[in-house]
Amino acid sequence: MPFKEINIFRSHGKQFVADLRKTFLPAIFRGRPVIGGDITVAEAEMVRQLCPVDAIGVNALLPGSGRATCSIDLGKCVFCRECEFALPEKIRFTNDHKIASNVRERLVVCSGIDLAVKLDPEKVRREIRTFFRHALKLRQVSAAGDNSAEMELNAAGNVNFDMGRYGIEFVASPRHADGIVITGPISQNMTEALEICHDAIPSPKLVILAGTDAISGGIFSESAALDRNFLTNHQVDLYVPGNPPHPLTFINGILDLTGRK
Amino acid sequence: MKDNRYIELFSNPGKVLLDDIPVLNYDDFAAFLDSLMGEEGTHCVAYFVVPLPDKYKFICCMAADENHAILLCSHEQPLDPALSLQALTARHFQFHVFEREIHENFGIGFHGHPWLKPIRFPFDRADQSKGMNDYPFYSIDGDELHEVGVGPIHAGIIEPGHFRFICHGELVLHLEIHLGYQHRGVERLFVERPGTLKQSVLAESIAGDTAVGHALAYAGLIDSLAGYDVPEQLAAERIIALELERIAMHIGDTAALCTDIAYQFGQVVNEALRTVIINTTQLWCGNRFGKGLIRHGGTNYPLTDDISSQVLKNLDDVQARYLQVTDRIFSLPSVLGRFEGTGKVTTMQASLIGAVGMAAKSSGMYRDIRWSHPFSAYAGQLYEPVMLEKGDVWSRAMLRKLEVEKSMAVIRELIREFTIDDLRFTIEGAPQLKIENRKSKMVSKPAYDPPLAPSSLAISMVEGWRGEICHVAMTDSAGHIIHYKAKDPSFHNWMALALAVRNQEISDFPLCNKSFNLSYCGNDL
Repeated sequence: MPFKEINIFRSHGKQFVADLRKTFLPAIFRGRPVIGGDITVAEAEMVRQLCPVDAIGVNALLPGSGRATCSIDLGKCVFCRECEFALPEKIRFTNDHKIASNVRERLVVCSGIDLAVKLDPEKVRREIRTFFRHALKLRQVSAAGDNSAEMELNAAGNVNFDMGRYGIEFVASPRHADGIVITGPISQNMTEALEICHDAIPSPKLVILAGTDAISGGIFSESAALDRNFLTNHQVDLYVPGNPPHPLTFINGILDLTGRK
Repeated sequence: MKDNRYIELFSNPGKVLLDDIPVLNYDDFAAFLDSLMGEEGTHCVAYFVVPLPDKYKFICCMAADENHAILLCSHEQPLDPALSLQALTARHFQFHVFEREIHENFGIGFHGHPWLKPIRFPFDRADQSKGMNDYPFYSIDGDELHEVGVGPIHAGIIEPGHFRFICHGELVLHLEIHLGYQHRGVERLFVERPGTLKQSVLAESIAGDTAVGHALAYAGLIDSLAGYDVPEQLAAERIIALELERIAMHIGDTAALCTDIAYQFGQVVNEALRTVIINTTQLWCGNRFGKGLIRHGGTNYPLTDDISSQVLKNLDDVQARYLQVTDRIFSLPSVLGRFEGTGKVTTMQASLIGAVGMAAKSSGMYRDIRWSHPFSAYAGQLYEPVMLEKGDVWSRAMLRKLEVEKSMAVIRELIREFTIDDLRFTIEGAPQLKIENRKSKMVSKPAYDPPLAPSSLAISMVEGWRGEICHVAMTDSAGHIIHYKAKDPSFHNWMALALAVRNQEISDFPLCNKSFNLSYCGNDL
């Protein structure tokens, strides 16, 4: 009977992505947007009003010039790409999936600047790179997440992405964890459990926000059912944007944070 | 003789004028539902309250599966804080969730209701004195019994919910499921944050694993209210997206079922196969869950020939490999030993609780919106649902395998129909679709915020991978949405899980849970 398994193995082939640092996603993937430097105030204002989550900021540049600086906040963006559809000459979503950062402000993409989103190594807490560089165990908490970010985090550990090759894994107990990964906009009904879970993790510990909902509340940001006080009381070490964040965005963010090659 | 106690809708999505919905007195209303409940295949898809300035308006939408209709009726009650009605649940248990929801939201009593417990502790609930820690769990006194509490946070990357078991040794006597942790105030946001782009994104986020299903239900609603005539090409593309989502989730669940019985080989192979499918969706629209793909009134991502040929190619690849691995899974004695006879839900139980989708189809019920209330490209086709009778974990696993094959056939058929002239698929007895302009692939871009029909109620149902998704919207005289109801199939089916684990070993709970794979956020909204 093992022949059947051998045949399945044969057609299964090798599924893992060989180099998680260098691989590319298809061109259509909605990653980091690029905004043309010549966007006008009227155009920027038009897309600002279109945006379903108020992720677009507009500043008039030099009175009378008609030009503007326009920005997209990836911590708020739901990557619906509607601003590009409305203004394809000026806004373009690239397939750059490396958009995680430890500094919230660095998630804001400005017009005329086509640079990768990066971490600020100076602001990474020293103990993170001392203790977690070679192995990192994480506890995930879904705080009103819609289950897409959760599935992508699961996928980060599957046969394709195999995050475990770096010693990074999700664990069942907070007692075994070095940090917490939060998905979802954090509902009132989940605040207590989230706080208890965070308390149960031994220090030093990380806080990572995965997905736009977690970073800013996303499409739910104005809901009265949320309670995001957890974030005012605890320092966030990594923001991983996306709706949901792609496994490669998450893994590369963690590797950058812990100072891995 | 025309029965004037209800109004019938024969289209899905469909709309009616609010004034055309008959208003009955409560006794007549209850008697009317009694008369419907005797009929096979009639079940409640929505029963909710709209609070008006001077009264409560109760609207009930019943699906009559056999004649493909939706029956609407209503009753009105005064805004009385002491209002209490005779519970319909006492006679028809499937109303239990609806009456519980109404009770929780508005404080309206239902006397004779055996299980008037909270559904989700919404932020705007009537009784603000009770919170998440006050759930009234059922308990049994007994020296030999013990309780086991699990959650809200579970040992894995899954959504939160609390499960409370009453056990006798290893045997589960009773399971009670306490949800609400995921509550985000979705229905209120639909009303309070107008704008159909915002609402489209919101619909995709009701349950991210059913992004296409919920987005399609919402799009149908707006198309109907805006009077948009969906071109056949677009209808076909929407169904292709929906079936891709179903295939991906069913294969992912096959993997997860293997995980829970420690059959790692089945797990990794199926995980890899799911990846191929969601990457196909990503190749089409740039998002692995199809977020952004479905919009009302058009699409931003037309299905080009390049993409459709890639879809066909990937389906062939996945199908061959999926059949190979499921063939192995379903013939291994160690797998069958865990699957067969575990977590049984009888046809009678499924019918009583108003189970929908997979939970119903694996327990011997014909309940599939694609067949009973065909929508989008299913309209005019005769879809034959897959149905299994045993109601155990095996049935729910096997149902997934059979539905994957079926969905693949549907996608192939639709792609052929809309790309190749000679291979148009026909079904005997089904009315022929008109195929004008088939070659023209010019489906327009969505135009947001169209004017909506005033003073209307629209209902849109979609068979998502879990089952029946139902969205209902009500507009005022200016065409603004003033009330919105979104229902995930999990709303009905959580009770099926609670029943399935009775008299099972508690160690089989994870397997039973995974075999349903219900949505927490879809229930909590």
